Amino acid sequence: MLDATQLQLRTGRRRALPVPLFVRVSAFILLATIFFAVHARAQESPYIVTYDHYLEEPGSLEVEYFSTFGTQRAGNDFLSYWAEFEYGATAWWTTELYLDGQSTFGDSTVFTGFRLENRFRLLQQEHFVNPVLYVEYEQTSGADKILKEVEGHDVEADYSIPSAIARRERDRELELKLLLSKTFNGWNIAENTIATKNITGGNPWEFGYAIGASRPLALKASAQRCTFCPENFVAGIEMYGGLGDRYSFGLHETSHYLAPVVAWNLPSDWTLRLSPGFGLNDQSHRFLLRWGVSREFSGFGNTISRLLRGRQ
Amino acid sequence: MSRTIVVTVLIALATLPALSSKSDQSAKDESVYAPLTRAPKKAQARTNPLAKDPDAVAAGAKLYEQHCAECHGDIAQGGKKAPSLLADEVQQATPGTLFWILTNGVVRRGMPVWSKLPEPQRWQLVSYIQSLNPVRAPTSAAPPAQP
Repeated sequence: MLDATQLQLRTGRRRALPVPLFVRVSAFILLATIFFAVHARAQESPYIVTYDHYLEEPGSLEVEYFSTFGTQRAGNDFLSYWAEFEYGATAWWTTELYLDGQSTFGDSTVFTGFRLENRFRLLQQEHFVNPVLYVEYEQTSGADKILKEVEGHDVEADYSIPSAIARRERDRELELKLLLSKTFNGWNIAENTIATKNITGGNPWEFGYAIGASRPLALKASAQRCTFCPENFVAGIEMYGGLGDRYSFGLHETSHYLAPVVAWNLPSDWTLRLSPGFGLNDQSHRFLLRWGVSREFSGFGNTISRLLRGRQ
Repeated sequence: MSRTIVVTVLIALATLPALSSKSDQSAKDESVYAPLTRAPKKAQARTNPLAKDPDAVAAGAKLYEQHCAECHGDIAQGGKKAPSLLADEVQQATPGTLFWILTNGVVRRGMPVWSKLPEPQRWQLVSYIQSLNPVRAPTSAAPPAQP
């Protein structure tokens, strides 16, 4: 029985992109944004999987780092992570780049791919329900474990394959989501319907869902700047899972999770998120612990524009 | 099949900015304060439940600094991206109208919806905006300044 490292040596395959380079690129972009943009305090939702209908403010860049620790039966636990660079192109269009990676304990650390995401607000004003169209192209390897969503018949056993083998599978996927969301009396209720097509093979359309509800701990803002004011905390819960594929649609033979979520919007312009997730059936990971940190930089678009035009 | 899907999506994505620029151009053709007149009468008639809250203006000032100053300017004087909030059109608008604009945004002109702020925080912002000293900033649609 070969372990993952031996397999990797035997196959003689180089890593597609070493993790240090991934880290360096992310760090460079992060530092560049810190130096060249002014910051604004974020008012972020606590969701990690579910999307509400709020887009990035025009010209703002949000830099986010998320991580997921997942337990794994019949395999090694893992730590996956992804960086997001989310830019508000207009008030109705947000575009985003993801860079994914993962470390499996006792196995290896690998860069697992990238995603390009666009979200389009479909209606100009607020309505009873507010739809947003989500279009994503992703190019990832089979070793990707960020669990940004669950779709089709994704089950825990898929994640027990050694990274050296799993990464040989190259996926190019088109992912569409219809995001529906409403905020009422301080509560945000959001529902996402997911449809994914793997365009590298003959796989059928796969489906998934995510729903979430959240509310700030206080609705009125206090008059003073404060770190621990209740309005700085947003708490909620989200549930997500697969819905099978076009030939086998439904809640069976896939995984489902329930996860409390909390976000803390710090006066120092950072947002912290934490979400322990619990698998709801035997096909799910027993436990997922997710956390994230993000910072929004307003005026990023103007700053880049000035740099390119050579003006101060 | 797969190629068709990809091509269709790429064409759709390429078309969107063109549609945007067209609608943005038509938006520029009208007064920058015209969206204030589009608030439904029921929304215009709403009163500010925090009008007598002594902390509302201070809290609104904090919220303004966090969410609005980047575009509307530190003292609401306006900027390249957003108009002055000291103009008559804004200062004479009803609290309900300002609340409606905050809630719905003016997406075509680049102002996002702010319904993610809870209702009391939007009313605190209204209190702050209405507390600003009006400067008779000349605008294309502004009536002559009153003595």
